[in-house]
Amino acid sequence: MNNVFIYCETDHGKPAEVSLEIITKGRSLADQIGARVEVIVLGHGLKNIDQELFDYGADIVHIGDHKNLDPYLTLPHASIVAGIFEQEKPRIGLFGATSIGRDLAPRVSSQLKCGLTADCTELVIGDHFDKKQNKQHKDLLLQRRPAFGGNIIATIVTPDTLPQLATVREGVMRKEKYENIRKGKVVKINVDDYVKKEALAVKIIERHIEKKELNLKNSNIVVAGGYGVGSKENFRLLYDLAGILGGEVGASRAAVDAGFEVHDRQIGQTGMTVRPKLYIACGISGQIQHTAGMDKSAMVIAINKDPHAPINKLADYVITGDVAKVIPKMIKYYKEHTK
Amino acid sequence: MKGLNIIVLAKQVPDTRNVGKDAMKANGTVNRSALPAIFNPEDLLALEQALRLKDQYPGSTVTVTTMGPIRAANILRDSIFRGADKGILITDKKFAGSDTLATSYVLSLALKKLAPFDIILCGRQAIDGDTAQVGPQVAEKLKIPQITYVEDILEVKNKQIIAKRRLTNGVETLQGNLPILLTVHGSAPTCRTQNARRLMKYKHACTPSEMNNEQEDYIKMHDQKHYLDLVEWNVDDLQAEETYLGLNGSPTKVNAVTNIVFTAKESTVLEPTDQAIDELMAELVEHHNVG
Repeated sequence: MNNVFIYCETDHGKPAEVSLEIITKGRSLADQIGARVEVIVLGHGLKNIDQELFDYGADIVHIGDHKNLDPYLTLPHASIVAGIFEQEKPRIGLFGATSIGRDLAPRVSSQLKCGLTADCTELVIGDHFDKKQNKQHKDLLLQRRPAFGGNIIATIVTPDTLPQLATVREGVMRKEKYENIRKGKVVKINVDDYVKKEALAVKIIERHIEKKELNLKNSNIVVAGGYGVGSKENFRLLYDLAGILGGEVGASRAAVDAGFEVHDRQIGQTGMTVRPKLYIACGISGQIQHTAGMDKSAMVIAINKDPHAPINKLADYVITGDVAKVIPKMIKYYKEHTK
Repeated sequence: MKGLNIIVLAKQVPDTRNVGKDAMKANGTVNRSALPAIFNPEDLLALEQALRLKDQYPGSTVTVTTMGPIRAANILRDSIFRGADKGILITDKKFAGSDTLATSYVLSLALKKLAPFDIILCGRQAIDGDTAQVGPQVAEKLKIPQITYVEDILEVKNKQIIAKRRLTNGVETLQGNLPILLTVHGSAPTCRTQNARRLMKYKHACTPSEMNNEQEDYIKMHDQKHYLDLVEWNVDDLQAEETYLGLNGSPTKVNAVTNIVFTAKESTVLEPTDQAIDELMAELVEHHNVG
């Protein structure tokens, strides 16, 4: 009763990164409300997966090991998670906002008739005043997420139904081993109790998993470099900045022609069009060839030595200076002041 | 094989993709009235998948269903111009403020009225909320299986479907039993355009509520041409229980909303000093442009 439950995804038999991030967050939430952290992990041939989950703060690990549970399919996993939630009555239930979590969590929320907030970027414990009921709710899960195409940040609460369910974006929360690591308890799930014949209505015929692909087009943050970046080596700085901000690296045609970057990352008339929330143009002069592919960006920061570069006209912020000096300062500030 | 009964769930949404500087008010908030109401892009891709099935399996029917205000009938007409057979508008003031759970409850009631169906298609998510919840929730309420993120339907045979789905890191081909719900991914092929002949034939199609404001001769035309009637259902038609509707039926509540403020319309020029860069980064973090 009243515990924090986390659905753990697996990656080659080990807990997925996103799940460890969520367990870390779930641990701190649980400590604030005096609850336990329970993790559900489902798969086949899972060996020694529990210790790593304990290391990140799990108190109890529920393990379901069955051939019907790997690879992931909606119905078998949803049957087990919803079934356990019905019995254990958690206060909070968390999933990764991944292909799997976004497929699974809504199914579970519908079965339990409880609220679900998608793609959270921040979770905190706090109070909520309901004007209609004139009632103060204490220690709710405040679920923050970008909404309306990323133009607002909404804080969502689910005051009247339990569990409070949320999916959490990948790479937003930091994973960290728990300071009071100890061996917790393992509970073996009797899979046949939950997964009935109807749950096998869908099967996988073929599966092809690729390496993580370039997601420049859909990235909310793009750090792009031009000829002014100066060298392939200096482009590493752009990758460092994009890495910590959770963005992708793009390039102007001049930078691609100079061999600083590959064509797949070219933005502009002969490359791709992006419209991120934030576009950081580094050493890009701003010819129409390039700006045609990025002028719909919500916010533009231009870093350029030339105070009269055309890119400055469509930039919200102009930093007149050397990319190689400015970017390290941005990285330094961000590392010191977030998370 | 006899034709398939295919239902498409669609939504009319504000075009949040084009929220540029012009769509922001001076105080930095979103100017919703400046955003056009459009056919949710991935729902349009779902419609295309439905129309392809209709082309492939003669005798199939495609019914597009939407829940929303009366003006959402625009996307029903659009669907019919592109090749759908029928449009149903689910509309009632009591639906206002519904979250995904309340919405999926209403849609599932409408679908029960439309049963027996073979395939329900909808977009993976709507661009105004990006939650991707309604599809799976509808499937759960109907107790049918789901395949999410579909980009191609390969075959429908012997009460089974084979579909290819797009994951962040790969593709899967799944086989599932009918009836089934599929959500369609943005990587699926774009929808065919409106057909000129259908546009001429159906341009006066409308719902009863829309007809209320019309002239007598228009109403007479509808009396003669029943194919112009779009179906409209309200709370009573669906026999919906009011406790599950609208704000009351929505477990998720909004606690606070913060606008992401775009202040700089004219460029702010900064010197590359530590202090200037720190201040800029602090502002980006504070306004959630990063982090």
